[in-house]
Amino acid sequence: MEYVIETLGLTKRFGDFTAVSDVTLRVRPGEVLVLLGPNGAGKTTTTRMLASILPPTEGQARIAGYDVTTHAAEVRRNIGLLTEHHGLYTRMRAGEYLAFFGGIYGLSVPDSRRRAQDLLDQVGMPGVIDQRLGEFSKGMRQKLALVRALLHDPPVLLLDEPTSAMDPASARLVRDSILQLRSSHRALVVTTHNLAEAEQLADRIAIIRRGEIAAQGTVQELKLAHVGPPIMELRAARPLDGDVRLLLGELKMVASGEDWLRYQAPVPAEANPRVLAAAASAGLPVVTLTEVGRSLEDVYLRVVGAPAPRGEG
Amino acid sequence: MQATLGPPRHLLPGAWIIARREIRDQLRDWRILAPIVALTLFFPALMNFTARQAVDFVARYDAPIIGERLIPFLLMIVGFFPISISLVIALESFAGERERLSLEPLLATPLSDAQLYLGKVVASLVPPLGAAYLGIGVYLFGLWREIGWTAPAPLLIQILMLTTAQAVVMVSGAVVISSQTTSVRAANLLASFIIVPIAQLIIGESMIMFWGRYTVLWFIVAALLLVAVVLTRMGLHLFNREELLAREIDVLDLRWIWRTLWAAFRNGASSVGGWYAGVLRHSLPPLRPALLLMVLALGTAFFVGVRLAPRFVLPLDPSTFEALPDNLGQQLQNFGMMSAEGWWWILRNNLTALAIAALLGMFTFGVASVILLMAPIGLVGYLAGNLALAGQDAGLYLAGLVLPHATLEVPAALLAGAAVLRLGLAAVSLPQGTSLGESWLKALAEWARIGLGLVLPLLMVAALLEVFVTPRVAAWLLGG
Repeated sequence: MEYVIETLGLTKRFGDFTAVSDVTLRVRPGEVLVLLGPNGAGKTTTTRMLASILPPTEGQARIAGYDVTTHAAEVRRNIGLLTEHHGLYTRMRAGEYLAFFGGIYGLSVPDSRRRAQDLLDQVGMPGVIDQRLGEFSKGMRQKLALVRALLHDPPVLLLDEPTSAMDPASARLVRDSILQLRSSHRALVVTTHNLAEAEQLADRIAIIRRGEIAAQGTVQELKLAHVGPPIMELRAARPLDGDVRLLLGELKMVASGEDWLRYQAPVPAEANPRVLAAAASAGLPVVTLTEVGRSLEDVYLRVVGAPAPRGEG
Repeated sequence: MQATLGPPRHLLPGAWIIARREIRDQLRDWRILAPIVALTLFFPALMNFTARQAVDFVARYDAPIIGERLIPFLLMIVGFFPISISLVIALESFAGERERLSLEPLLATPLSDAQLYLGKVVASLVPPLGAAYLGIGVYLFGLWREIGWTAPAPLLIQILMLTTAQAVVMVSGAVVISSQTTSVRAANLLASFIIVPIAQLIIGESMIMFWGRYTVLWFIVAALLLVAVVLTRMGLHLFNREELLAREIDVLDLRWIWRTLWAAFRNGASSVGGWYAGVLRHSLPPLRPALLLMVLALGTAFFVGVRLAPRFVLPLDPSTFEALPDNLGQQLQNFGMMSAEGWWWILRNNLTALAIAALLGMFTFGVASVILLMAPIGLVGYLAGNLALAGQDAGLYLAGLVLPHATLEVPAALLAGAAVLRLGLAAVSLPQGTSLGESWLKALAEWARIGLGLVLPLLMVAALLEVFVTPRVAAWLLGG
């Protein structure tokens, strides 16, 4: 199966309100797709449709080959869902809680416990299996919820705002655990509005705005499409004077100073060695050659639009 | 790619996974455990003491019957008190999980709706019912030790079944409420729909037990089990993962209510003629099964009325019938016949009766409205039976006093009853993808369409016949 997640024109309406409109996505096994968008953009609704909790109003979605509307139980068997809020039963012990969910997926208690222990080790929480969930920190609870989602080894993992409202240390713990979960057979869909997290986790990003996919691609593809080719900055040990034309050739200069210049490098691997060779032949001592940061934030704001100033809604 | 793991395929093992976890959770919560323990151990002991004191007291005044009736009554109460906790647990079942944000992970599992739903029902039933049985045991043991009283087996079975049936009704109703509300607070507020009828039922059961008519309790058990089945079916029918998760707030949206109601009432018609044609073409045909049921119910009522006549004979004096021909017309005029005021009085009475029937039917799955409409037909049958017993031609009396206006009034009652039955059952026959509110509003609109389009015109003409035609026919046939 080439795509483990496939949606076509997925739409969800609640009465007159359209929460998700015409969403088309494809995710291969082993790929991490990040759904990036502001609050209320439709990320959670999309996730819930993929989890067969909400039926789509229009369009189709297939998870591991099963239609989310007609084969809801098979879809749910093939996904692991990490909700924004961990939703743990805090009076239970970790092992007991995981055995409960293991039972739902048909695992025996010893198998559940063994699998739970392996996963807890994997996410850096050995020795908590007999602890009550009420005693866990927020990060630990979210990691345990992640273990819950992985217990039946699903081919699709849906992570809805996995680090939302967490302190930086807890968020990092969870993010590191997610990175460890990447495997060749499992597809991950992560929804977030955290740009750094998106950039760190994603193979591909789909930016969702007012329920619609506004842009989709790898981080580089998105940057290229929305903020132009990479920009390099060269700093020299002496003023550049008349060396600029000699250094850049056909490359486009975007800014310059007495001893520095910036140029567009559509293919940095080709442009930069050429520039450095030209500098060496001209006897120009190069201090640094670095890429000027074009953040995902620039792309995001371009696509989603900057928030309106206060008082303008 | 195929996942190899899955939940239990059969209903009960899957439901039991949910129930087992919840029961364990409840037994760890002292707020649930403390009242259960108190009601299981302390309360039966108190009832023992009360029973002993009462028996001693009434023995002094040579009225042992009061003691004899009090002991079974207290047995019923000892069983009922612990099961009242099941209401609290059931009300919390879905609404509580939603509030604690633990519902979504559960809904994302491959458990079926029925497994989730029944799991909640069983979890709400088992600890309180266990406590009730234990409480009954403690009470009976105490009585046996103190005064040597042992419960007759039929009474014990009856009380156990009554306790169980009451618990099942309360829990199935409460789980329905819990799955339809967004918060525990809202669920608690709506619980009065369960508490009030159950309180009335307990009062009724108490009266029956003090009256000593224990056989009636079997009918109550049967009725309760029937209600439990209907409520459970309703709950399963209403269970909707989308509704459970997507509904954010319980706001009364009057504009939406009016729009939905008006759209369903109009049903796309742009003229009165078109609307009327729609009533006949679209609203009338789906009523057929309910109409058939109404015909059977009213027919049964008439038959039961006739059969009751020999058991409760009216003291009819033959001279009444001899005097009838001379003053019949005058008597009918004295009742307001042959006047516009009489027409309005009859129409208003009939409409009031149907409105009350509709109101009761809405909250009783239509049952109360059917019973209410059966009553006058049963009365007519009873009177006809008595006339026949008095040697009169009952057919002639019916033809003279009832038949002219009944030709329209009975069809109006059948239609009204059928429409209310459908309205009452709207919650248990929800079309796929429709919310409870929407389905109920549409059923209400259908009821209004039948009411305005068919029942009202029939009743208006029936009242005209009753006031102006029936008296003449009666006078003619009965010799006035």
